Amino acid sequence: MKPLLKITDLHVSIEGKKILNGINLTINSGEVHAIMGPNGSGKSTLGNVLAGREEYTIESGSIEFEGEDLLSMDIDQRALSGIFLAFQYPVEIPGVSNSNFLKSIINAKRVFQGLPELNALEMLKYIRSKMIAIEMDENLLKRSLNDGFSGGEKKRNEILQMTLLEPKMAILDETDSGLDIDALRIVAEGVNQLRSPARSFIVVTHYQRLLNYIIPDFVHVLSNGRILATGDKTLAEKLEDQGYDWIREGNSVTP
Amino acid sequence: MSDSMQTLEVHNQSEYKYGWSTELDMDTFPKGLSEETVRAISARKKEPEWLLEWRLDAYRHWLTLREPTWANIHYPVINYQDIIYFAAPKKKLGSLDEADPELLKMFDKLGVPLEERKVLAGVAVDAVIDSVSVTTTFKKELGELGIIFCSFSEAVNEHPYLVRKYLGSVVPSGDNFFAALNSAVFSDGSFCYIPPGVRCPMELSTYFRINAANTGQFERTLIVADKGSYVSYLEGCTAPMRDENQLHAAVVEIVAMDEAFVKYSTVQNWYPGDKNGKGGIYNFVTKRGICAGFRSKISWTQVETGSAITWKYPSCILKGDESVGEFYSVAVTNNYQQADTGTKMIHIGKNTKSTIISKGISAGYSNNSYRGLVKIGKRADGAQNFSQCDSLLMGDKCGAHTFPYLEVDNPGARVEHEATTSKIGEDQLFYCKQRGLSEEDAINMIVNGYCKEVFKELPMEFAVEAQKLLAISLEGSVG
Ligand SMILES: Nc1ncnc2c1ncn2[C@@H]1O[C@H](COP(=O)(O)OP(=O)(O)OP(=O)(O)O)[C@@H](O)[C@H]1O
Ligand SMILES: [Mg+2]
Repeated sequence: MKPLLKITDLHVSIEGKKILNGINLTINSGEVHAIMGPNGSGKSTLGNVLAGREEYTIESGSIEFEGEDLLSMDIDQRALSGIFLAFQYPVEIPGVSNSNFLKSIINAKRVFQGLPELNALEMLKYIRSKMIAIEMDENLLKRSLNDGFSGGEKKRNEILQMTLLEPKMAILDETDSGLDIDALRIVAEGVNQLRSPARSFIVVTHYQRLLNYIIPDFVHVLSNGRILATGDKTLAEKLEDQGYDWIREGNSVTP
Repeated sequence: MSDSMQTLEVHNQSEYKYGWSTELDMDTFPKGLSEETVRAISARKKEPEWLLEWRLDAYRHWLTLREPTWANIHYPVINYQDIIYFAAPKKKLGSLDEADPELLKMFDKLGVPLEERKVLAGVAVDAVIDSVSVTTTFKKELGELGIIFCSFSEAVNEHPYLVRKYLGSVVPSGDNFFAALNSAVFSDGSFCYIPPGVRCPMELSTYFRINAANTGQFERTLIVADKGSYVSYLEGCTAPMRDENQLHAAVVEIVAMDEAFVKYSTVQNWYPGDKNGKGGIYNFVTKRGICAGFRSKISWTQVETGSAITWKYPSCILKGDESVGEFYSVAVTNNYQQADTGTKMIHIGKNTKSTIISKGISAGYSNNSYRGLVKIGKRADGAQNFSQCDSLLMGDKCGAHTFPYLEVDNPGARVEHEATTSKIGEDQLFYCKQRGLSEEDAINMIVNGYCKEVFKELPMEFAVEAQKLLAISLEGSVG
């Protein structure tokens, strides 16, 4: 079977500074990969590069998504093709109502898929149903997009968008940070409900706790722009206990 | 080159939709301005003696004035002898049926609702093409309520008492260089009177169109809202694409009596010139309203997307106690457009209140300045002003400037001013595109969000038009 995503020897820099130093990662449909690693190791960079953020320079390497060259695709094309990034720091867009934004992104996706746009009523029904599932306050629809949202509300709004867009490859960048215990459980349930043989996840997190709810197939440790260790969920438990110090190059744990 | 800048390069090429001109049979004066020109305009319009004198007075005063240079705009010297001051379609109109079919086609193309079939739209229109007002719709329906809505020329003949009483009462004929010029040579415009206690049931609208070449347009609008009345007035404008610059120097005067409310909305879409800055309208406009009565209110909303040069400061004189003045503005400049626009809020009465919300958007090589004066007079106890002036930059070759002036002669006044300058956020664009929106839709969404506070002040249909216009001015096709 062809992998959904295949990253080969990826080197990335920004403003002359090297951040990713040869990433190799293969993700098959239906898999959940957790990525852990110290601050500044390049986790968000990887997510941003997958989503197509332009500030980064791809020095070398390749990324294939469904067998196609992802790096040659525009940001919106990647998104429409099924890549979704739940941001570590979702931006605020004042004056743009959340509901309006959600409508626009849902319809953009439907148009891309050759489906008719949803009318206002269908839209509201659809959005509501997903909001209920993640216990999200409906008042947040009327507000400006993420504007003045609490940290947890922003993260929930990311999950809402993920469930609405039903991506093939969802990258959750520290979606658990800043969530209270209940919210964490709800968000994790949101992810688990979406888990399917046709959908894969990259879950970036600092906390093993999240991985009790979202059981990963693989756990990778990213350090200095390289994957130094790969294991199953027990690797995360070990990291929680012992920190990152014991992992050195050549000390790789592979499943 | 960053992505948003690429977009700019692209939308620079966006086409001006109203750039065509119409072949009409025209009655046109020779170029040039003299006392003779003024007399000829007045004679052509069969004006009473007092109005001719008023014009001549303004003309003589104009000769003593110099073109203002304080605004942050640059343009070659205007040769006032090289302009045609009067151009009118030859056919005299008795009714719409007699109109030049070309003219009707033109308004059709513009989307101006000239016909009764547009009743549903609920907009009464006075259309001014070049120098004359062509037709006014819904006169009868409005007449039944005692509302006068007609061309300025008609008002001079049919309601001389009102015109004489209020003409120049807000913007005196010698107020400034361009107002004086307008007072001398204005050719037509709209007049509107709302009697006491009447709430005008439809939006009144004037549509301005410069069609003829080498012609200046100098129209005048006078709106008088009597006690307790209400009117919402819309103004739209377009012009053909021509390589030479054309002058538009208009005057708008508004009088609001006790508890009257006048809402004046403009979507200004004069031809802005091409992407190299060639051609376009020079728009030098004096707009001022006086809140003469107790609790009267004047609200200006403008969306300025057109013109090569915009020089415009819709203002409120808050004379009546507890009167309210508002100014909501979106000014977009692209390519080599220049805008110096803002407002003056003159607080004279007690407990007067003013609000200023200004949103400037600059793209390309354009320059966009906000210039605003808040003046609180000695007697204006309890006066309050809130100003918010935001500038949004798209790309790094354009400029945004803010010139707030504050004169406070009453220690009890409360004045708040907020200003921000920001670049269209790469983060915001990335976020929207990551969700599958195209660059065009993303910019559109962000900019519209940024302008929301102003757009929400516009009547519904106008708001939709304004959003579309903004999209056109800022985007074009992303290839
Ligand atoms: N725009 C930028 N300009 C300069 N340096 C950058 C930029 N973006 C990221 N970096 C640097 O790249 C490195 C990796 O950053 P990244 O955000 O990918 O780390 P991270 O693993 O997500 O860290 P955290 O756990 O703190 O979120 C950091 O040293 C960061 O400072
Ligand atoms: Mg990060």
